[in-house]
Amino acid sequence: MELLSWGDRGWGDEMVRAALMTLTVATAAFLLGTVLGSAIAALRLARARPLRAVGETYTTVLRAIPDLLIIYLLFFGSSQALQWAAGLFGYHGYLELSPFMIGTIAIGFVSAAFAGEVIRGAVQAVPRGQIEAAKACGMPTALRFRRILVPQVARYALPGLGNVWQVTLKETSLISVVGLVEIMRQASVAAGSTRQPFTFYAVAAIAYLVLTTGSNRLFGLADRWANRGVRRA
Amino acid sequence: MDFALMWDSLPKVLAGAGMTFQLTFLALGLGFVLATVIALASLSGRRWLSLPADGYVYVFRSTPLLVQIFLIYYGLGQFQAVRASFLWPFLREPFACAVLALMLNTGAYTAEIIKGGIRSVPWGQVEAARACGMSGLLLFRRILFPVAFRQALPAYGNEIILMIKASSLASTITLLEITGIARVIIAETFRPIELFIVSGGIYLVINAVLSRAVRALELYLSPQLKDSLDSEQRRQQALGVRVG
Repeated sequence: MELLSWGDRGWGDEMVRAALMTLTVATAAFLLGTVLGSAIAALRLARARPLRAVGETYTTVLRAIPDLLIIYLLFFGSSQALQWAAGLFGYHGYLELSPFMIGTIAIGFVSAAFAGEVIRGAVQAVPRGQIEAAKACGMPTALRFRRILVPQVARYALPGLGNVWQVTLKETSLISVVGLVEIMRQASVAAGSTRQPFTFYAVAAIAYLVLTTGSNRLFGLADRWANRGVRRA
Repeated sequence: MDFALMWDSLPKVLAGAGMTFQLTFLALGLGFVLATVIALASLSGRRWLSLPADGYVYVFRSTPLLVQIFLIYYGLGQFQAVRASFLWPFLREPFACAVLALMLNTGAYTAEIIKGGIRSVPWGQVEAARACGMSGLLLFRRILFPVAFRQALPAYGNEIILMIKASSLASTITLLEITGIARVIIAETFRPIELFIVSGGIYLVINAVLSRAVRALELYLSPQLKDSLDSEQRRQQALGVRVG
């Protein structure tokens, strides 16, 4: 237990800080995934066939390729790409993405593929008649979107997005391979310096367990709140 | 874009596909047996069976696979008892540890899929089987399992693809499967985009073939689906149930 104490002698404060980092990077990736996922859903529901094809290709490719490979691509490739892009603007210095950015982008892109499917399903679950009724009332597109579509899509998508969040949270453990000090990385460091790998990986597992269980509760509450006006059998 | 490098590295990366398949299918096979036992224990209605089964599923679904791999590969060696036991020559090997971790992981997810399948079997069919004098193993083998299997197949197909992807984590404990080899070549040549296209393409082909195969099996087992959209809808529902 002394191993997990606060301060210089134990790893307690380091592990807590690492857990906060996991939460931060997971939240950033999840937000990126939801925003990008909405765009993917819009593409997949578009009337124009080329747009639909783009959305479908994105989803298929991102769901077939391991996240680890995408992380490696960004880790090894992002500075080349950034420097090339900066070169176009006349800048020729060294540029690279921080491990935090690499992790957020890689995990966010993957979770966008899954969030896109969830949001597409939710949009399709809104009865067509409601959109027609809104049109008949004379609502313009933006107002229809804001008043009719978004509130209901948010409600239908919430359970699915809860799943996506859980997955995103767990996937952040992969960012440890590029050196971001989140739970996994901190556990590895502590395991190496104390020669007690089982203890620290078990602590990491418990930390993830607490985070997933806690956020699951929150999503459950949010779901109840979102459905407060819905009558159930 | 260095096409010569892509062409040269294709056979090298492809050589890792064997390792990817070994890891995935060993884990899937063993995991399926484990999952069936766990699902039956969970549905048994006896608390001393269902409680540990549900606990196992909960823990393995709530923690990242990477933690599970590291706990087994790096963690177990901490104990003198493990190092002294007859299991040590086995648990010292990264391959065995990766298979064990992947198996335990997929076992938990598959147990949920099988439970869903078993729950979907109409109770009338079980009653009818009982009325015909079937019980126990015969009822499971003839009625419950085939019906549940068909129902669970789309979700299980999804799990197979997720396991192909999950096997890439074995590269973190030195195993050279597709991702591991790609990483080594990237580090040697600093050509990440080329290698990403080659290895990503291989995963894409593998997963496309596998999902077609599952779809074909689905149609073979339930020919009535041919003219309906039903199975496509179930596939959509199955997505998002387990991702990652």
